[in-house]
Amino acid sequence: MTRFNALKTPLIVLALALLILVPADLTGFGIPWGGLKRYGIYILSLWLVTSIAAMGVNLIVGYAGQETLAQAAFLGIGAFTSALLLKAGYPFFVVFLLAGALAFLVGIVLGFPALRVQKHYLAFVTLAFTVFMWLVIRNEDWLTGGVSGMDVKRPVILGVSTKPGLTFYYLILAMTAVLTFALRWILNSPWGRAFTALRENPIRAESLGIDVRTYILLAFAIGSAYGGFAGALYAPLVEFIDPAPFALGPSLLFMLMVVVGGAGSFAGPFIGAAVAVLLPEWLRFAEGLYLIIFSVIVMLMMALCPTGIVGLIERIFTPARRPHADDKGPVLKEAK
Amino acid sequence: MKFKGLLPFAVAVSLAVPALAQDIKIPNIIELSGGGATVGNNWKNGSSLAVEEINAAGGILGKKIALEFVDTASDPGKARAAIQRALDDKPMAIFGPIYSGSVNATLKLTAEAEVPQIIGGEAANITAQGSKYIFRTSFGQNVSMPKIANYIRDGVKAKSVAVVFVNNDFGKGGSTSIIKELEARGIKVAANISTEAGQADFAADVVKVKGANADAVFIYLNEEESARFLIEARKQNLDKPMLGETTLLGQKVIDLAKEAANGAKGHVGLTVDAPIPAVQAFGKKFEEKYKYKSDHNGMKGYFAPYMLKAAVEKAGKWDAKAIAAALHGLTITTDKTPGILIEGTWDDTGEIDRISFLAEIKNGKQVITETLPKLKK
Amino acid sequence: MADFLQLLIAGIATGAIYALAAIGFTLLWQTSQTINFAQGEFVMLPAFFALAAMKWGGAPFWLACLVAVAMSLLILGVAFKGLIVDPLIKHGAMPLVISTIGLSIFLKDGVKDAYSAEAQPFPAIFPDRLIEILGVKVSLAQIGVLIIAFGVIFVLQWFLGGTRIGRQMQATAQNPTVARILGVPVERMILYTFLINAALAAMASLLISPIYLAKFSSGETLGMAAFVAAIVGGFNQVRGAIAGGIIVGVLDNMAAVYVSTAYRQAVPLVLLVLIILFRPQGLLGRKEERAV
Repeated sequence: MTRFNALKTPLIVLALALLILVPADLTGFGIPWGGLKRYGIYILSLWLVTSIAAMGVNLIVGYAGQETLAQAAFLGIGAFTSALLLKAGYPFFVVFLLAGALAFLVGIVLGFPALRVQKHYLAFVTLAFTVFMWLVIRNEDWLTGGVSGMDVKRPVILGVSTKPGLTFYYLILAMTAVLTFALRWILNSPWGRAFTALRENPIRAESLGIDVRTYILLAFAIGSAYGGFAGALYAPLVEFIDPAPFALGPSLLFMLMVVVGGAGSFAGPFIGAAVAVLLPEWLRFAEGLYLIIFSVIVMLMMALCPTGIVGLIERIFTPARRPHADDKGPVLKEAK
Repeated sequence: MKFKGLLPFAVAVSLAVPALAQDIKIPNIIELSGGGATVGNNWKNGSSLAVEEINAAGGILGKKIALEFVDTASDPGKARAAIQRALDDKPMAIFGPIYSGSVNATLKLTAEAEVPQIIGGEAANITAQGSKYIFRTSFGQNVSMPKIANYIRDGVKAKSVAVVFVNNDFGKGGSTSIIKELEARGIKVAANISTEAGQADFAADVVKVKGANADAVFIYLNEEESARFLIEARKQNLDKPMLGETTLLGQKVIDLAKEAANGAKGHVGLTVDAPIPAVQAFGKKFEEKYKYKSDHNGMKGYFAPYMLKAAVEKAGKWDAKAIAAALHGLTITTDKTPGILIEGTWDDTGEIDRISFLAEIKNGKQVITETLPKLKK
Repeated sequence: MADFLQLLIAGIATGAIYALAAIGFTLLWQTSQTINFAQGEFVMLPAFFALAAMKWGGAPFWLACLVAVAMSLLILGVAFKGLIVDPLIKHGAMPLVISTIGLSIFLKDGVKDAYSAEAQPFPAIFPDRLIEILGVKVSLAQIGVLIIAFGVIFVLQWFLGGTRIGRQMQATAQNPTVARILGVPVERMILYTFLINAALAAMASLLISPIYLAKFSSGETLGMAAFVAAIVGGFNQVRGAIAGGIIVGVLDNMAAVYVSTAYRQAVPLVLLVLIILFRPQGLLGRKEERAV
């Protein structure tokens, strides 16, 4: 673990620098790099937005040991909130915060009764919720545009239009950075550490006076809020929303990302989102077969490294401490 | 060991063959998975067939065409991303998508990039948005619904109609258009029943239709669901005229619903059973190659490359903007471009005008009862 | 009233199919504490085994049905357990759940690319004749489906409760550790569970495809309905899944007529949430007392 940990901070700085520089046209600074094309920027933006939502799922699945099948629904709540409020002329940051806040509140209302009962039941309730939200989005044309969807305009922030892809990308990058550090801060706070205790051993945590249920509920609500935040960026990114991305299938995909990336590890959601967003791009040569290849890769990955890609990387970095590295994945054991 | 899963994948990526440089690459951005997979695969087969023929005959202005298929997963967001990617390579034209929602999500992009987009979408509002780069391969609902409404008024002489539609962009758009047209003709809409794509059990919907007690039923569902509805309607003795548009009268419905399909009638825009030798010859060719009968989406896919061919030849050069300009106001005739099968005229919104048919299913066969002329001569 | 009966009977017939798929959910849940997200595809696939046997193997229909059942036992039973469940189960439920999501994509797109994206007509086991009972039109196919579904369920109940192997399977499901101490061949019992699930899926597939056509995507709706049925009825009881299936089938039809066609799917889900809140073990389920 230590060798990996020592590398962490420089790695994060490097990643951030790359994310800032790679999409930009650097020829003006004497560097022969023309930046990414419009589509490259779009995919990178989509990856970041997906990562935000996946971070939320990771908090719920990886840290709180619950299962959520509603992240796409929360993405939808955020997306339609931002689409409607941006259209009504509200400033972006207000819209962004409201989208997150609304998702948080819905998360509390949804999680409170579900968490009264046994394990797995949150998954069932969130499944019902996702389908219900999807029906509402499809059928309430007056609000959501129904199956025909609705156009979304990219916002103007402090007089700067975010219409160009690169400008909007930097907005997303900034929001991703803020949300990432916010989550890190939460997890490193005393509250967050209680959380880790909870993850390692819920029964002990309870005996230490941690109100397990409240913690899990808050984790669910915060995780859902991340879905809302992601949605608030997703709608203006795509500039068009309709019911498809907010159905049950995409919700399952969010769970898949987090587990494939490495549930309970901080980098997991970013890697998982990359698998879900970027991998199909690389598989384009296979045309119609890409979904089959994608699904086989997922199944193989689960069989070969059930702790996800991060688990695999950690295993490579710490061969001598393998048993300990395996201990790092208790989430999965707990999910049992 | 650990990289076992990734290794063949890396090898495969490096082996991916780029299209031959001298070919003109046309991105075909369609529904190959998800809810629209059936539709997309028909289009894919149809367009592949046409491109093979065109290439075998020497291509267009001496250049061969290479289709590149991109899946939208029936998701407008993904369709939009795919179109954006395609536009970065400055293509001469884009084929697809077929789902109207995906077309609506992408038509501004192609308009901005000034690249003609030949689509399969039928929603009324597509051509009403002022894009100079969008072209239909089949009637919009704004064209087909007035025709069927006229038929309901004059042919069926129904005073009230129950509408059954599938709740997606295709069905919802159709239901909205037909209700508007029916009401404009003083025909009462007794019920407007929404159903799900992939719905299996139509018992409840037929009960509702019976309860509405209308003179006729207008069914606007995809083929499989149309068949299931007809089977259930026969079971429950719903003996009202079953009316519909292209999808109700397709071969697929007949295959699936068997005798329950008998008696269904309505308006057909595109059908391989049209009493036109070229169309029937196409139907045969398609069936020989793909071992099943093409539906209207297969025909739509087949038209797209031929529309491109006629437009490029009229423009006299391979230039995206000129191709779009050439298609506006163009009448593609069957003697100059036999692959177009039925003469068609594209107006300056990209709407198509061509003959269409009134048909009925009799003894398990689609029979054309009347040929409706082009709107403008 | 005739309408009501019509809906009731159609709903029960559809619900019986859901029940067959839902039993599979509960069986796998009991033995592996996992949710099989590919369950709908398990019901979609066997019909295509039969179609493939007829199309490429030139087999007559009855033989094709046998092939479908055999292939299901082999692929959805043995191979599913050996290749996907066994390697993953020791790592907890989550990787396995994710793997079944992958599997569902794989099966769906595999069938689409290998066979066809088109819906396929499927030969009927029962003649498609209509008869009238109490003023309600019922097709023989529907009655056949009902008889077979209930027959299978009855036999299964008897097998689980009345035979030695059945009781050993139940013991394994309730507490594998204790069962092992008592000398139950736990591994074999778990394999039996998977085989039964595969057989039920094949049965459901052969029954439902003539009525609703065979299509690569038809597992989506089915899987969802079976899942809801399993929760409503009780995730840990076979008879709960049966009740759940029928309730969901009937409720869906009733909701479409008496509530709203647009929100018909929501009504069983509302029931699901109510059940979870007030009777989390399901209508007919028993409280889970197993320590995890």
